[in-house]
Amino acid sequence: MNKNYILYALILIFGLAAPFIFPAFKVQLSILCVLIILAITWNIQGGEMGYNSFGNILFYGLGMYLCASVQVGMFFPLAEWTESGGEKTFVHTPSQFFQGMAVGLVVAAVIPTIVAGLIGYAILGLRGHYFAICTLGLGVAAGEISGGIEIIGAGQGFTTPPFPNVGGLEARGEFFYLLSFTALVLTFIAVRAVYSTRFKLILNAIRDNEDKAEAMGIQTMKYKIIGWMISAFFCGLAGGIMGGLVGYIDSTDVAFDGREMGVFMVLMAILGGKGTLWGPVIGATVFHIFKEGFWTFFLGWQYVALGVLIVVIVIYFPEGIMGWLREKYPERFGEVVDEADRKAQVELK
Amino acid sequence: MDFMVFQYPMITIQACLDGVLLGVLFALIAYGMALQWGVMNIINIAQGDLVILGGYIAYFMYLYGIHPAWGVIASPIIMYFVGVGIYKLVINKVVDRDLFISILATFGISILFMQLMNFAFGADVVLANSGYGTTFLFDSNVVLPNSKIFSAFVSIVFAICLVIYMKKSKLGRAIRATAQNARAAKILGVDTEKVYAATFGINAALCGVAGALISITFTIHPYMGLPYTIRSFMIVIVAGLGNLPGVAMSGMGLGVFEEFADYLLGTEFRIGAVFLLLVLILVYRRFKLSRKREYLK
Repeated sequence: MNKNYILYALILIFGLAAPFIFPAFKVQLSILCVLIILAITWNIQGGEMGYNSFGNILFYGLGMYLCASVQVGMFFPLAEWTESGGEKTFVHTPSQFFQGMAVGLVVAAVIPTIVAGLIGYAILGLRGHYFAICTLGLGVAAGEISGGIEIIGAGQGFTTPPFPNVGGLEARGEFFYLLSFTALVLTFIAVRAVYSTRFKLILNAIRDNEDKAEAMGIQTMKYKIIGWMISAFFCGLAGGIMGGLVGYIDSTDVAFDGREMGVFMVLMAILGGKGTLWGPVIGATVFHIFKEGFWTFFLGWQYVALGVLIVVIVIYFPEGIMGWLREKYPERFGEVVDEADRKAQVELK
Repeated sequence: MDFMVFQYPMITIQACLDGVLLGVLFALIAYGMALQWGVMNIINIAQGDLVILGGYIAYFMYLYGIHPAWGVIASPIIMYFVGVGIYKLVINKVVDRDLFISILATFGISILFMQLMNFAFGADVVLANSGYGTTFLFDSNVVLPNSKIFSAFVSIVFAICLVIYMKKSKLGRAIRATAQNARAAKILGVDTEKVYAATFGINAALCGVAGALISITFTIHPYMGLPYTIRSFMIVIVAGLGNLPGVAMSGMGLGVFEEFADYLLGTEFRIGAVFLLLVLILVYRRFKLSRKREYLK
């Protein structure tokens, strides 16, 4: 146990020091934090609960729009802001910017949670592929509909408030990195705390056999909704941060980007290993490094590479990195291995 | 909101006719989806992208001076081999696995196709002009392009041919047997691997026909695939697997719904309305199904 805490402390220190060690990669590191949050939250559904959702992008996009809208709407008329596009008729003072961001992030986290709770009863009653397609539809519908609403910019997009002129050139990157890293640490702690309770066992029971779990007296629907709400909370938070980081919100290309972010979160969780605590973290890190490292070589072919990557990972590597490690070193995962039995199984194969 | 559509009967008739003619095309795509869903238990997210690819084949024939209506013949033949190729490369590895794996794998294929088509054909909205003129009805208050009538007619012909083929031919019987019970069919000497490949190929060929017709009647664009997948999925759920009249009816119903949504909400919400309808149908279905509970097996 002590060893674990030392590991956590090391990671925390490294995380805090990262923007100063790699000053050129601050934005990339912030995006990495957001990606890890998304992978962790997806894993609550897809990995632990067995409900493979394509629709968590809904909460992400909702959080993005809400955070930016609140940040603008608190001080200026929202409609005029979006109408003026990128032109700076209104300028946030530093205190306005940070106040708006704080309130916006709270709203961006809370409203998606409420939305998840409201639609959860209807949506989570679906099983298997019906759930997957339904959530896919939800995400795309949200993108299409928000692309038609005038007050949040409709088709021309929404420029989020620019970072105020304080603290020098590096301040923006450091601020967003610290913000996303804090969010990541909060997410990880919360999810880890949740996973150490009976709640995780209930989610796993739902994954393994929902009917039997219900027959055992577990109110599965209640726990499914709670699980989805936890997911939505952190997804919305990540979306709010990402909106400020990118600086520009488009309905289908940035916010409800089912083709990119919506697939990324699934892919990252699967790559790392579904149903593990560290899997999504590792998966997201590997994926992001791969993506940023190799995307430039593909130059325009990145979506082709993404499509091939999805197919390859899903077909040949569905257990993910953690699953592979577990297969290889079961002792490290606290599994007792009977050598004779193992040998017998190998021979059988 | 524009309620003109209900105030003037001519506009209502126009919307209904457009919807029905469009719905026939949807039903054709949905038939392909029902076929491979029923036989292989796979939901193909790349269905819509196969449609668009079929459309580009007809479009290219048009570009090189051949009348695009010949695409209706050429496109299914090419698409059959594309479908078999996809089956051999990807689908045969996910047939027996978890459904989500197949959804994700076909999602990957969908992204791949989308982007390859974007590179190969450009991101413009294109249409193959058939030069068929228009028909005017009711003192030219209702305008129907002949190409729409042609496409509805061709898709009905193809659907009928396929139904007869499935009933009479040896392969059709093998496909139906595999759909009922793959294991039993295997024991009785059906080469299920071949049947699966043929099923996926036929599905792709149907998509090719529909795509060629869509490129003649409407427009095609590399990123327009997903709505067609969702539409066909929706039609199949509403109708149920293996219910052909149901597929035709719900396809036309969906077409009419879309035309009315177009008039009432505006074109920018059309795709959004389709996806919302999918969510609503699934939720309605869930509440209906939860009334009759199954007990543990």
